[in-house]
Amino acid sequence: MTAAGAQALASSGEAANSRAPGTAVREGWLLLRVARVSTAGGVRSLRLVSPAGDALPSFTPGSHIVLEVGGRTNAYSLTGDFLEPTAYEISVLLIADGQGGSRWIHDELEVGRELSASPPRSAFAPVASARHHVLVAGGIGITPILSHVRAARLYRRSFEVIYAHRPDVQAGPLRELQTLCGSNQPTLVHSRAELTATLRSRLSGQPLGSVLFVCGPGSMMEATETIATELGWPSERIHIERFSTAALDPGNPFTVKLARSGRQLLIPSGVSLLEALEGAEVPVPYLCRRGVCGECRVAVTAGRPEHRDLFLTDEERAAGDSVMCCVSRAHDALLELDL
Amino acid sequence: MTSIAASDRLRRFPFPYPQDQYRYSTNVEPARRPVITEVGEWGRWTIDVDDEYEAELREREEILATDPSRCVVLPHMRAACWDTLLECLGEAARANPSTMSLIRDGHSHIWSNALLGEERRFVIGDEDTLGAEPLAYTGSQVQEDIVLLDQREGELWADAGLVTFAADWSLGFDVGMSFLEVHGPVPRVHVEGVIPRAHRFLLRLEPHDPYRRTNWTMSVGRRLDQSTETYPEWGHDRVAVLEDPGLLPDRLQLRVEVQHLIRLSGSAAILFLIRTSMVSLRELATVPAWRVRMAAVLRELPQDMVDYKGLTRFRDPAAAWLESVEAAATVPAE
Repeated sequence: MTAAGAQALASSGEAANSRAPGTAVREGWLLLRVARVSTAGGVRSLRLVSPAGDALPSFTPGSHIVLEVGGRTNAYSLTGDFLEPTAYEISVLLIADGQGGSRWIHDELEVGRELSASPPRSAFAPVASARHHVLVAGGIGITPILSHVRAARLYRRSFEVIYAHRPDVQAGPLRELQTLCGSNQPTLVHSRAELTATLRSRLSGQPLGSVLFVCGPGSMMEATETIATELGWPSERIHIERFSTAALDPGNPFTVKLARSGRQLLIPSGVSLLEALEGAEVPVPYLCRRGVCGECRVAVTAGRPEHRDLFLTDEERAAGDSVMCCVSRAHDALLELDL
Repeated sequence: MTSIAASDRLRRFPFPYPQDQYRYSTNVEPARRPVITEVGEWGRWTIDVDDEYEAELREREEILATDPSRCVVLPHMRAACWDTLLECLGEAARANPSTMSLIRDGHSHIWSNALLGEERRFVIGDEDTLGAEPLAYTGSQVQEDIVLLDQREGELWADAGLVTFAADWSLGFDVGMSFLEVHGPVPRVHVEGVIPRAHRFLLRLEPHDPYRRTNWTMSVGRRLDQSTETYPEWGHDRVAVLEDPGLLPDRLQLRVEVQHLIRLSGSAAILFLIRTSMVSLRELATVPAWRVRMAAVLRELPQDMVDYKGLTRFRDPAAAWLESVEAAATVPAE
């Protein structure tokens, strides 16, 4: 097997051609095959591999992937090996009254099924310079903490885990946590009162330079943040996994009118203005396609731009007379450009 | 050096001027896309192995033996250094499959490099198996200079690096500084928002999505190590080169850095690769479009940028020589 995780990314398009028709893999996404499923205590764990048997792209501990599950897209933390992994491992809690993604994974998904997945995204990375990591998890929120523990063990970082869970559930992830922690076993708590007492004690005696990572139910994360703040933890040292995706949302559709020719183009959700202009053979110079370099600035003659770039100054945004077409969109249904 | 070697250098040369006017900009673009030039191409890979591979690695080894401070790793950068090793060796293997390979074998990796006769089995996280600190080992296998930026609390910190071929700066001086501090002395870029924009871009850089940019300066002689530490050895050349105008076109070099910006996937640090290439004015002038473009850029360059780049004394003579050349009469020579 090659050591090149990047190859799995690069070859995902090729893999997409060789499988059954039905779902298309988005550009830059991965095609993964379900290699193993196991269910315990209301949690279904999946092992996802590259159909070609390649190593998958490495990821930063705490990363998640977005999976297309039963017609929806959901984010799941990666719990397994993070350097050139042979598989991505996720654990999914059945949410009976959820929007259907977890139900589909629990009820429908079988070994051999192929799924479309985003590349791993990192929004909950360990702090390399931290003197000590305090890792606090509640329930299924243990998932990103598992890969944090792996990294801490590999690079011999100082860490401790406090895990709040109901004794009857999350048996699989709990067992994995206990195995990973080795001689540095987690503190297990089984009620809100017990968690509060443990946090008050553990968060009041840490060395300067410690960082706190919290993942779990919203109310639990808020409570932990409140306790840490009361005990004097600076906000920069408190890391909360909110599952907000770093990527830009696809945005609403809008229409562009090209002032010089009078042509009109519909910009669908998920398609950038630049892509639509290119598709209509209206050339616009560009470099980064990330809203950074300033190359693809286009003059706006009517309509209000929705600025999503990093290039324009506040004054230029307020003026509303130009738009970085690689990332920005429109607040109004019609945007007129000097093209 | 033969004229054949010189033309190979030209074929790979990343000529850095898209226009007749040069200004600092956040000129980043996606990496691994070849750029076709008038005489060749560059940019297919983030790691580039060329004809000067062994000579440059030997030179780096000698510099490190004399001055170990050119390789600095703050303790928390250990994971990033292992990540760098995998990233750089993996890319070198993809770019040079006939001479290099990196194979995963269970928990270990096997790196083979026929150019150096190197064969090594190592386990990530275990320095003993590598026989070296991973950043130092990486620098013994690739020609690129390396800087690693740690991201924490909304800033980037230059907390590790292996830099032996610096163009008038010092890793030892910059290590531990923030990205914004490192770029403090560069003129114009702060007022024009170039550096803050680059900073925001880097903070959001994603793994598996490398970017690149070029930067340039001019230097006297084909000396790669023009670091602040050795200024007493090369600084005087900037004056001496003017003493014999006949030598100027051969001694004066356009020095270009191809810089790659890569978010390392395992550690989330940013890997900043700097690869330096040089061609003399005389070599460059054999390509008419480059000769005309470079003369125009030099003539137009504002004085503060000229001074910062260290071109103060020879900007005008260099431009004048380029303008005076008949391309057809110029033969590559060195």
